[in-house]
Order: sequence, then structure tokens, then C-alpha cells
Amino acid sequence: MALKKPSTAKRILTVDLPMLAILAFTLGPYLWMFLTSISHESTLFTEGPSIWNATIENYTRLFATVGFAGNLLDSLIVASGTVVVGLSLSVTAAYAFSRFNFRGKRLLMLQFLLINMFPLVLLILPLFVLMRVLGLLDTHLALIIANSTVAIPFSIWMMVSYMNGIPRSLDEAAMTDGCTRMQALRRVVLPLCLPGIIATGIYIFITSWNEYLYALTLGGRNVRTITVAVQTLIGEYEVQWGLLTAGGIVGALPATVLFLLVQKRLISGLTQGAVKG
Amino acid sequence: MTDATRIQVSDSPSRAALGRRVLPYAMLSPAVLVTLAIVFVPMLQTAWMSLHEYVLFRPNDFNWIGLENFRTALADEVFWISLRHTVIWMATTIPAQLLLGLVTALLLNQDFPWRPVARALIIIPWALPSVVIALMWVWIYDSNYGVANEFLLRLGLIQKAIPWLADPDTALASIILTLTWQGFPFFAVMILAGLQSIPRSYYEAAAIDGASTWRQFWHITLPGISGVVVTAVLLRTIWVANSFDVIFVMTGGGPGYSTHTLPLYAFVKARTNLDFGYGSAIAVLFTLLLMAIVVFYLRRTGKAVS
Repeated sequence: MALKKPSTAKRILTVDLPMLAILAFTLGPYLWMFLTSISHESTLFTEGPSIWNATIENYTRLFATVGFAGNLLDSLIVASGTVVVGLSLSVTAAYAFSRFNFRGKRLLMLQFLLINMFPLVLLILPLFVLMRVLGLLDTHLALIIANSTVAIPFSIWMMVSYMNGIPRSLDEAAMTDGCTRMQALRRVVLPLCLPGIIATGIYIFITSWNEYLYALTLGGRNVRTITVAVQTLIGEYEVQWGLLTAGGIVGALPATVLFLLVQKRLISGLTQGAVKG
Repeated sequence: MTDATRIQVSDSPSRAALGRRVLPYAMLSPAVLVTLAIVFVPMLQTAWMSLHEYVLFRPNDFNWIGLENFRTALADEVFWISLRHTVIWMATTIPAQLLLGLVTALLLNQDFPWRPVARALIIIPWALPSVVIALMWVWIYDSNYGVANEFLLRLGLIQKAIPWLADPDTALASIILTLTWQGFPFFAVMILAGLQSIPRSYYEAAAIDGASTWRQFWHITLPGISGVVVTAVLLRTIWVANSFDVIFVMTGGGPGYSTHTLPLYAFVKARTNLDFGYGSAIAVLFTLLLMAIVVFYLRRTGKAVS
């Protein structure tokens, strides 16, 4: 179907225009939110959002009165912590899955796949009870642990797919030259799949940054991540849509930017397993 | 000294062999142990809690009541309402995402000058926090100043502003539209990868044999992407099941019970009523339902693909 070279007019009608329509649907809500956030609160309801007298008053108010900076810091700590835990625990596991044949391999791999199959609501209640018993409620650690339940299996899955792309003969060559297994992993395999590891880390960062239900249940007072803060805004400033949408833009910005940066590599890692299997 | 060296030397082949056999397990153990501790044990605990009367503000009461929570659930009207909404919610959201994703992927697979830009921008909904998605759609659906009403009024499709999320008749549909918007880019990206893995020569051969565009789509494209679609639908089913946070922020399950779904109901029961026993029971029931769907789905598609 991609063979014939249709005329430009036909292409615009059958490809460009439908694509534009879908993009308008995709980006419209986001742009509308942005437009609202740079409008004056006082004229929002009389004249509607407009781009002509743009203002940043909503953003300054957001940081001055609502204290968004602290929430951003909490989110940053939780997301970075999850990246460290998720990646460090899964590097060796992914290497073992990718390079060795051993008894129970299928079962263990299945275990990590199965984790992703269970609904989150099944975990959220016992984790709350567990954190309460351990006295970890409302700490960064509790949220890091909770986010790791998703991050570990995900990064193992991604890293196995990246490591499978690196020929085994390379680590065998390193070992003939006198490296141990761990040295081969550290000096040969890790540097080669570093781009993939970075993409995986960034994806974990994004999902932890965006996570809401754990943050609400296990945190909330001392440790209030940006998503919980945005939701609290909705409750407290019900009709101040300028302020609310500014909060939404700030909350979404880091994840959006990071996602656009790594999307290509990330998608190739995500789809490789799916296309093959 | 010499003795020790000799023992070591004579030991080393078997020790190395042992090391080789143990090494993979040693490398796996951190990840396995941690997931056991933070995923599997808590899951079993949910099942255990569901068999008890356990309300959090009465911490000393943890009474074994067997299947009583499940019996209560089956007699609970809200449970059945939530179940019905869960079925509607998943049975409409996932096909809608799939269809829109398929169309988008087919378009992105064509040659047009701004294709890289389109491909990058289409993923934005995927990257946004669910809370922000909920927030912006609440603003869009706003009954007084929302852009949805204004848009439809100007087009003349509706006569007066509709309170989309406050009206029990439209609330669930409005949320389904939001979730479709959130999830279709994932399908588009996955299917696009599948499309690009189909060898071009297939189409060339088909064109030589005189196959129409439609027949090429039916006999080459669809079989070519079926594997990806099966995986994507499976992943998405589970993610949609988890996406009740969007519903929670948008309506909290209201108005009335009109947007209650099972995971939301379990969460609300535990969060507002602190009834962890009953909440766990609903969570377990929902998990069993989801597992049944997944197994059924894998059986059917397993046959269809092979």
C-alpha cells in the first residue's frame, strides 16, 4: 500500500489532513491548558483564555503562595530514588537472564512478567499496612519502595531486550582475555547498552514522577509529591482555573521534556520484545 | 601454607563449576528477593486480609470471618453497579484506543514531509501524569466555561450547555473519551513498529499479482501486525485496569455511583471507610476477573495467531 506514489493533492487529502485532525485531538487539550494558564484570572470567565495579553502571574502565585517548590523537590527525590533502586537491582538480573541457561529460568522470567499483570489496587492496601507497621508512612522511602514494585520488573524486561542485542561473542572474547564474568559485564556489556539503560532510567523517572495513587496513600502530609499537590489544588482553588492549569503545566513539564528526549530509543526497546515475540 | 595452596588447586575445577552454576542465581537474587518482599508477600496479604474483618480504626480487631466479605460483596448493589461499569469501561476504552491507534499508525507509516514531528508529538498524552490529564479534562468538560460545550454549541450540535461530568448519563462516556485520548498513542507506536517490520517485498509481490489496496491490507498488513496487536492489547488491558486514578480525580466515582468501577470501589472503601477487609475482598474479586479475561484472551489469540 505504500508502493504507489500518489499525487501530492491526493496525499494531502488522505494523509496530511487526517493526521492533522488526530494531532489536533492529541495536542488540543494540552494547548488549551497552557493557554488557560497564561491568561489573567480576572478576565478568564468574561473573555475566555486568550494569547494576546499573556501573563505569568499564575505561575508566580503558584510558587509564592502554594509552595510548589517543595512538592517539586519531593517528587525529584522519590523519582530519582526509584531510578537508583530499579536500575541497580535489575542490571545483574537482566544479565543473568540474557546470558545464562539455568534451571528455573522460565519460571523466574514468568514471575517478573506476572508482576505486571496484577492490578495495582491489589498491592496498595497491603503496602499501606506494611508501611504503617514499619513506621515508614509519609516518608520518601515508602514511595520509593512502592514505585519499585513497578520499576524493577519493567527495567528487567527492558534491559534483557537491550542486552540480547549485544552479541555474546563480545563477553566471551573479554573472558578469554582474562576478565571474570562480572568484569565482562561491567567493562563490555554495560558500556555498550548504556544508552538503553539511560532510556530505561528516564522512563522509570517519568512513571515515578507521574505516579499518584501510592503518593496519595502512602504520603500526603510531609512528603507531598507534585501529583498530590496538583490534586489538592483542585480541591482548594476550585474555580481558579488559571492557577490550576499552571500547576498542571509545571507538574507535567519535566516528564514531557524527558519523554520527548528519549522516545526513540525507549520505543525501540519496548517494541523489540513485542515484535519478535 | 603449601598445604592450603594444594587444596585450593585441587579444588578449583569443581569450585569453578559450582561457581558457574551458582552465579546466575546469585545475580538474580537481589531482584527476586526484593520483589518477593514488596510484591508477592503483600499480594498474599491482600488475600489474607480479605478473609478477615479488618477496619483500620479498630486496630485490635482482626477476626477471621472466612468468605463473609465475598458473600457481602455478592449481595452488595454497589458491587454489581461497579462490575457493570468495569465491563463497559474496559470493553469500550480498549477497542477505541486500538482503532484510533491503528489509524494513526497507518497514517504515520505513509510518506509525508513532517512525519518525524507528528510521530514525536503524538506520544505526548502518554507522558502526562494522570492527575494532570484529569485536571485538564475536568476544565474542558466544565459545565459553564468548558471548551467542549462552547465548541459543540457553536457547531450547533447541542442546544444548551451539558454538565458532562455532573450528569450521571454522560459522566462515564466522558471519562471513557479521556482514557481513549490517554491510551491510543501507545497503540499507535506499537503498531507502527509492527508495520515497519513487514518486508516491503510482500507488497511488491502482491501488487504484481494485482491485489487491491484493501486485499493487501487484509492479507499482508493485518497478519503482519497481529503479534504486536495481541501483546499491546494485553498490556493495555492491564494498564487500563490500573488507570482508575484518572476516574478518581475526575469524579471520585460520582455523581452517585455512576462512574464507580471495581478497582475504584475497592480503593474508596479502604481509603474513606478504612474497611481494609472488604476493600481487599473486592480487589481480589477484580483480580480474579482480570486474570480470567487475560487467560481467555490468551487462549483465543494463541489460536488465532498460530
